[in-house]
Amino acid sequence: MTPFVAIESHAAFMPERNIDTDAIYPARYLLLMERDGLGRYLFHDRRFTAQGQPAPGFILDQPPFSQAKILIAGAGFGCGSSREQAVWALTDFGIRCVIAPDFGEIFAGNALKNGLLTLALPEEIVMRLGAAAEQGALFSVDLETRLLSVAGDKVASIDLPDGQRTALLNGWDETDVILREKGDAIAAFEALHREQQPWLFREPSA
Amino acid sequence: MGRTLYDKLWSSHVICDYDDGSSLLYVDGHLLHEVSTPQSFVALEQKNRTPHRADSSLAVPDHAVPTVDRHLPIADPMARAQTQRLVENVARHKIPFIPLHDRRQGIVHVIGPEQGFTLPGMTLACGDSHTSTHGAFGALAFGIGASECGIVMATQAIRQQRARTMRVNIVGQPHPFITAKDIALALIARIGANGAAGHAVEYAGPAISAMSMAERMTLCNMSIEAGARVGLVAPDETTFTYVEGRPMAPKGAMFDRAVTYWRTLPSDPDAVFDSEITLDAGEVEPFVTWGTSPEDALPIGARAPDPETESVLARRQRQIRALAYMGLHPGMPLESIGIDVVFIGSCTNSRLEDLRAAASVVAGRHVAEGVKAIVVPGSGLVREQAEQEGIAAVFREAGFEWREPGCSMCVGMNGDTLAPGQRSASTSNRNFEGRQGVGGRTHLMSPVMAAAAAVTGRLTDVRKLMGSNA
Ligand code: SF4
Repeated sequence: MTPFVAIESHAAFMPERNIDTDAIYPARYLLLMERDGLGRYLFHDRRFTAQGQPAPGFILDQPPFSQAKILIAGAGFGCGSSREQAVWALTDFGIRCVIAPDFGEIFAGNALKNGLLTLALPEEIVMRLGAAAEQGALFSVDLETRLLSVAGDKVASIDLPDGQRTALLNGWDETDVILREKGDAIAAFEALHREQQPWLFREPSA
Repeated sequence: MGRTLYDKLWSSHVICDYDDGSSLLYVDGHLLHEVSTPQSFVALEQKNRTPHRADSSLAVPDHAVPTVDRHLPIADPMARAQTQRLVENVARHKIPFIPLHDRRQGIVHVIGPEQGFTLPGMTLACGDSHTSTHGAFGALAFGIGASECGIVMATQAIRQQRARTMRVNIVGQPHPFITAKDIALALIARIGANGAAGHAVEYAGPAISAMSMAERMTLCNMSIEAGARVGLVAPDETTFTYVEGRPMAPKGAMFDRAVTYWRTLPSDPDAVFDSEITLDAGEVEPFVTWGTSPEDALPIGARAPDPETESVLARRQRQIRALAYMGLHPGMPLESIGIDVVFIGSCTNSRLEDLRAAASVVAGRHVAEGVKAIVVPGSGLVREQAEQEGIAAVFREAGFEWREPGCSMCVGMNGDTLAPGQRSASTSNRNFEGRQGVGGRTHLMSPVMAAAAAVTGRLTDVRKLMGSNA
């Protein structure tokens, strides 16, 4: 996973509530089995007309927002389907941080596995940030100092559980960490669990 | 203080707690399908890992598979390749598998319970958001992403933040033709698509006790549409009766021992929830959605909203966009909306009980002219049973297409899609823009309501059609 330390960028504002993962990454492209290069399908059916032409006025295709590493959105961003392609498409496009009042829970978990920071802030602050973003303000997100700044002014602190912050800063592979730190604990739990609920352990059939 | 069902499920699976409030949970069961796992297997194998316990898994193709012409190779080369990839992946790792041509094949959330894979008291993960369905058994079941599928395979564990708890008390008894789907839509309309975000929802109360497992599954299935990753119903006699004798369920003395444990799971009488809601099932009417979020649900007798009367700007803008996408006029009666396609299926409403109910409406009637109506059973076993009971014949005689099992038009990945501008009456769970095909317009409803729409060609109050007084 790509580590997340600090970024500075314009921010694109999509004020709509409940932007779902079907909108972020349409289902038909789930037949692709890659996880790289999916940025071209990001918001596909909003970014392109039925004829495949760029849809006029779509925010992520307008400079300077076409270079934005930050997306600011309404509540419920990433709700719906669990498809991780929504995250892969965002990161491949260049988005490293999404700011919204709250997120679809599975989306937020997926984001964490891919170095995409999801920052939940109160709705009124998000809308204020969105307004600043539309004016072209430069945002900076610094995970090391835990600060979010707009045009050089600190506007919020980045409140993230320690485990998530460390994983993002280091770009750790979570499986490695779990196996290394907790392999023994898992084995011990499993042995006890097998005694207590043996019916959950079906012997592999021949 | 007493503990909730969620508390008990959670604490009986904690391997360890982390300093930041998250915990590492042991995962008892992992369901896999072809669409969400190709990248998970790549991640697993890149690091030369193997599944920690292959016997904890069950895999089945369902999302991308065709519902017609099963005797032929899958026509879409990408869907064919993806389905084949699952076959190879599970073979390499010795993961229990139900192949496409097996009579047990079907939607992952239908076959898990059907095979007795889903059991009370377990933790169950699947790369699919509607994994909440399995919570109907009193299992802690949640959707995960592709990376997490790889983590679960390699470690049998997942790191999670504990959810807050919400109890939804369903009191009263629903009137005839009012189903679990209507109750779910009424709830989401009330609390919003984000209303249960961060919560594990437990459905409780007399109306829940009276429900069949199929109805409970419908309700838990829709929890994710209210923003909750987890939906739960406490296991009871209905649950045990359903589970007993299923192929993968414990047998004999082991079953009795399991039941003894499962009886300890329901929330204690003095358990405290972070929030509580009460909904009177006796007041729920048949619900349909008019817009592009499951929260855009209204009783069938209502009219499409008028944005002019909406004072909150953000809501007004969303209504305008949704009405335009759906091709509706502000204030038009929902019953005046004509439909092109009827889809009876999906992990929300494709079980035998759903098909029986829809067939009882369809019997002796015919699909309206110009309407294409399809029934996609949730599994091969549901399909077989429906054929034996004569339900399939009722649908066929009425002009429905009777398909092979799969996700089909719920997600439109297998070629079963709406054309741009086409309008469906659908028993699935999501009416998002483009969900059933680019430009497709989806109205969510119950199987009996979809059946009524099929025979009249428009959104219809099934109670009127059936001459039952509301
Ligand atoms: S039927 Fe629909 S919601 Fe259910 S698993 Fe399939 S695609 Fe997902």
